[in-house]
Amino acid sequence: MNNHSESPNQINKTKRRDFLNILLSGGFIAWLGALLFPVFKYLDPPKVEEVKVSNVKIGAVEDMEKDSGKIIKFGNKPVIVIRKQNGEYIAFGAVCTHLDCIVQYRKDYGQIYCACHNGRYDLNGRVASGPPPAPLQKYGVTIKDNEVIVFQEAT
Amino acid sequence: MAADNKKKKNKLFSWLDERYNLSGLIEFAKKKSVPKFRETIWYYFGGIALLLFVVQVISGILLLMYYKGTEDLAFESVHFISTKVSFGWLIRSIHSWSANLMVLSVFIHMFSVYFLKGFRKPRELTWYTGFGLLAISMAFGFSGYLLPWNELAFFATKVGTDIVGEVPLIGEPILILLRGGEDVTGATLSRFFGFHVAIFPGIFVILLTLHLLMIQRQGIAEPEDYKKLPANEKKTIPFFPNFAMRELLIWLIVINILAILAVFFPWELGTKADPFASAPVGIKPEWYFLFMFQVFKFLPGEILFLPGEFVGILLFGVGILLWAIVPVWDKKTAKGEKNMILTYFGIFVIIFIIVFTILGFILE
Repeated sequence: MNNHSESPNQINKTKRRDFLNILLSGGFIAWLGALLFPVFKYLDPPKVEEVKVSNVKIGAVEDMEKDSGKIIKFGNKPVIVIRKQNGEYIAFGAVCTHLDCIVQYRKDYGQIYCACHNGRYDLNGRVASGPPPAPLQKYGVTIKDNEVIVFQEAT
Repeated sequence: MAADNKKKKNKLFSWLDERYNLSGLIEFAKKKSVPKFRETIWYYFGGIALLLFVVQVISGILLLMYYKGTEDLAFESVHFISTKVSFGWLIRSIHSWSANLMVLSVFIHMFSVYFLKGFRKPRELTWYTGFGLLAISMAFGFSGYLLPWNELAFFATKVGTDIVGEVPLIGEPILILLRGGEDVTGATLSRFFGFHVAIFPGIFVILLTLHLLMIQRQGIAEPEDYKKLPANEKKTIPFFPNFAMRELLIWLIVINILAILAVFFPWELGTKADPFASAPVGIKPEWYFLFMFQVFKFLPGEILFLPGEFVGILLFGVGILLWAIVPVWDKKTAKGEKNMILTYFGIFVIIFIIVFTILGFILE
């Protein structure tokens, strides 16, 4: 506009233009949203039905040596089963609470160890040293007819 | 005969010139020059990175002819490339070595631009696009590392994406987006394959084009000390043919180094990833992630009531952000003054990276 005062007509025109601008840009944003929404939704993977597992049989009592550990499949989760020196069985979720690696039993330490960042847990699943922020999830073990069964403890 | 050829050439040239104004381009190329001083050597590293990117594209396309990006077949297909396909081992080895050399030269290029203050006004956007290129180079490395689906890559990906997941609010959705689910599975492999061969190359080429166009438009940066010299003391090298020839010679040397590394130190494949196996003792990421990895090893579980890894991510996040936006906070260099804080910060970062990288190599 120039330095003359605006006539009511011009003000009306600006208002009309503003209105059109808001309408158009609003419409554009809505259009963009309609375009991007399905894309983002598409990228979010659908929940896969998890296999519900409440217990897993892992073999006879004498199958595992004393003072050793192994990783078993518990549904789609890895679980570490350890047979202690005294022959007792224990089990924990095998995913390190630090950054998602899978732990192992180290005879030389007598502890559960994560090789990624030197995290260590004692045989109660509690953090013994290193960076892990939380204990391992505990699983139950029972022996029935000489067969070792790992089960999810009620939370 | 020679004269005949020349005539033909002239005819072709004028045909093209009439339509595309080649003379204008030649005039522009003639004027291009590079400042000549003690630090000229650093001006070659951007070009080296460019060469290695081209090597990556070519060797990558060749690998695509046999690679299969699924959980069941990825490891087997890379094994097939390395053992059965003629020169397959060589192509794969070149791709892996060239990736490492490319990341290395991108880093050297970035540090040289930082210390020579090439990022200051009016070249801020060149710096930002360069930073984007560095980030994508590392993303290329991280995503490509998983593709052979071996044990080391599997755990590196678990840890790397888990770190992303620790970022407050946006971390979790990004983790799902990257992994294609809660865990690192075949879905993650498919996504990383897509990122590695389609999304990243696309973004990279766009950024690279902008980066190069800006350099052509503005000319190469002159460091402050050089800029202050009287005009008759400013030595330059003509870009064509002198600088270009030297760059070509350096490219030749780099290609030779690459060939030697690829032939005599072929890239290993390792053992196939098993989501139900413990992480192997002595596991380490690629060297350019090693210093961060080592820091995460040293951080205790809790720092001032906050999870240790969260503090680590916070510190790295702030550091990287500060580095990326250096044209914003460095007001002194823009005025032509010396900014010693900038230099000390740069030296600190280099020493930090070197010390923790060495620690990462020597400690278990």
